[in-house]
Amino acid sequence: MPETIIPAGYFPIILFFVIALFFGLVTLFFGSLIRPNRPSVEKLSPYECGNPPFMDSRSRVFIRYYLVAVLFVLFDLEAVFLYPWAVVYHKIGMYGLVEMLLFIVILLVGYAYAWRKGALEWD
Amino acid sequence: MELKEIIFFILATATVLSGWLVVSLKNIIHSAFALLITFFGVGGLFVYLSADFLAATQILIYVGGVMILVLFAIMLSEKVYNVSIFHASKILPGLLVLGGVQVVLLRVMIESPWRIRAGADSVMRPTTEILGGLLLNEYLLPFEVISVLLLAALIGAVVLIRKEVKRRREGACL
Amino acid sequence: MTAQVLDMVKFLWAHSVLQIVIVFACTLMMVPILTWVERKVIGHMQVRLGPMRVGPHGILQGIADGVKLLLKENIVPSGADKRIFVLAPILSLVPAMIAFSVIPFDHWFYITDINIAVLYVLAISSVGTYGIILAGWSSNSKYALLGALRSAAQVISYELAIGLSLVGPLMMAGTLSMVGITKAQAEHWFLLPQIVGFFIYFVAMLAETNRSPFDLPEAETELVAGFHVEYSGMRFAFFFIAEYANMVLVSSMATVMFLGGWNPPFQMFEVMHVLQKVPGIFWFFGKVAFLLFCFLWVRATFPRFRYDQLMRLGWKVLIPMALGNILVTGIVLALLK
Repeated sequence: MPETIIPAGYFPIILFFVIALFFGLVTLFFGSLIRPNRPSVEKLSPYECGNPPFMDSRSRVFIRYYLVAVLFVLFDLEAVFLYPWAVVYHKIGMYGLVEMLLFIVILLVGYAYAWRKGALEWD
Repeated sequence: MELKEIIFFILATATVLSGWLVVSLKNIIHSAFALLITFFGVGGLFVYLSADFLAATQILIYVGGVMILVLFAIMLSEKVYNVSIFHASKILPGLLVLGGVQVVLLRVMIESPWRIRAGADSVMRPTTEILGGLLLNEYLLPFEVISVLLLAALIGAVVLIRKEVKRRREGACL
Repeated sequence: MTAQVLDMVKFLWAHSVLQIVIVFACTLMMVPILTWVERKVIGHMQVRLGPMRVGPHGILQGIADGVKLLLKENIVPSGADKRIFVLAPILSLVPAMIAFSVIPFDHWFYITDINIAVLYVLAISSVGTYGIILAGWSSNSKYALLGALRSAAQVISYELAIGLSLVGPLMMAGTLSMVGITKAQAEHWFLLPQIVGFFIYFVAMLAETNRSPFDLPEAETELVAGFHVEYSGMRFAFFFIAEYANMVLVSSMATVMFLGGWNPPFQMFEVMHVLQKVPGIFWFFGKVAFLLFCFLWVRATFPRFRYDQLMRLGWKVLIPMALGNILVTGIVLALLK
């Protein structure tokens, strides 16, 4: 693989990742040697303010969370397109501004639609 | 073998293995977790292709956004945590699709002019600026069309989910 | 012998190993100090003394808490998904730590400088959300699941506001490299021209780290503790460390993007160049400490938001404001040219 360039700036990140992961695992492992372990039925039951747990706790969740995630992905994509534009903006000037305005206005239509339909409301 | 090659092979192996786990694990949340590793691996491979902006957006969009969407979708559904998704009758069509995709991928792999510079200098050029320049000049039309696509997706999502919200409001859920 | 040691140190420094170890150790040591400071500051703001027992003025309180957590039993609740339950705290801790790799503390002290540093921090810190969702889901507890869902929805909503508020400084700096952005602020910080962006970032960073007044995921009076209610011992400590590391991280980001990083203030005046005698690292950490103090100040001052208010603020106020800020910045920059 002689043609691969070395992503030199990224090695420290990988190294840091390995060190952090290693720290996490080692701390948990050594901790398990010294800490007590005396489980009982009451201790292991999920906390529900003193009442015995009832029903399945992994019930279906409110669909609003899903809507928030969908809106997030869409607007996050828009934000990602803004970054390369922002970086070269000082070189292009007004021309680039008009182009980006067009891009944002089209998305603002969708934003206004979501607002009107109450998708941004949490009730 | 040099260090960069060792890391490359670890990355590639992790990507492929976790990709295999995504389709083979029974618990769908475990699959989602494996998918997380796959996305990271792909991000790392982008770095090796000196596409640093793509690597960052890969993690930002897929790991930070799409995966959360997937997790919410799983939690939204009723009892999908332990299901088998293996269907014996679908092996043949599956293999056919797989073969077709492989042919296309192999062609791309062999024929595309990989723009990787030979490795004397280890400094990466900032791809973000190049991308910004290209998006605003050469590829302006596709760039603006993307916003229309995003708009369509946005309106679609709002229309679909509004119905569900109304229907669900009576039912009990977290 | 001494020369060999010196060579060794130089080698490790050149390969960033030493920087990583220093940053990692400092982040870990900072947690007990910060918890002590937090309790002290809020105590005095509410005319109480705060912790007083362990050491002079309770200064060893954080360390005592740490030792206690290390010795506590690790409980895995019945019905929990054991593997995910164990992995979630690590998934929360590791991103909070490795996001520091691109923060420049001084012109000679940063682990690495990559061309996409800003995006890297945003991307890596978004991974922490998984720790939260998976912890809540795997615990098999209603409170934990509800807290995790709320927290995840809140974090992703405000991540947008953060992402958009950073576009303004990027337009002025013209680079995504953190070192480059700091150098662009050698004379004028981006604070004044980007005051709106800074305001948006400040509000969003409180929400992003689940701090008061946006601490709904942990609302102790209704959700008991949110996503980590079933966690104990060292696993709980990992979530705790991650939360404080994230606080320092978002403060460092604010320092680099708006407050000039390691640059001393008022550098547009010739007279103030004397401030450069103070090493940049002191300026950097002074600014970070001030922002951390603001975290505590806000916590002692404001009551908690309601969840619908929180979502409305994020989606209907901060995001349009951030887009407007980008537009105004664009017009002004184009006119100045």
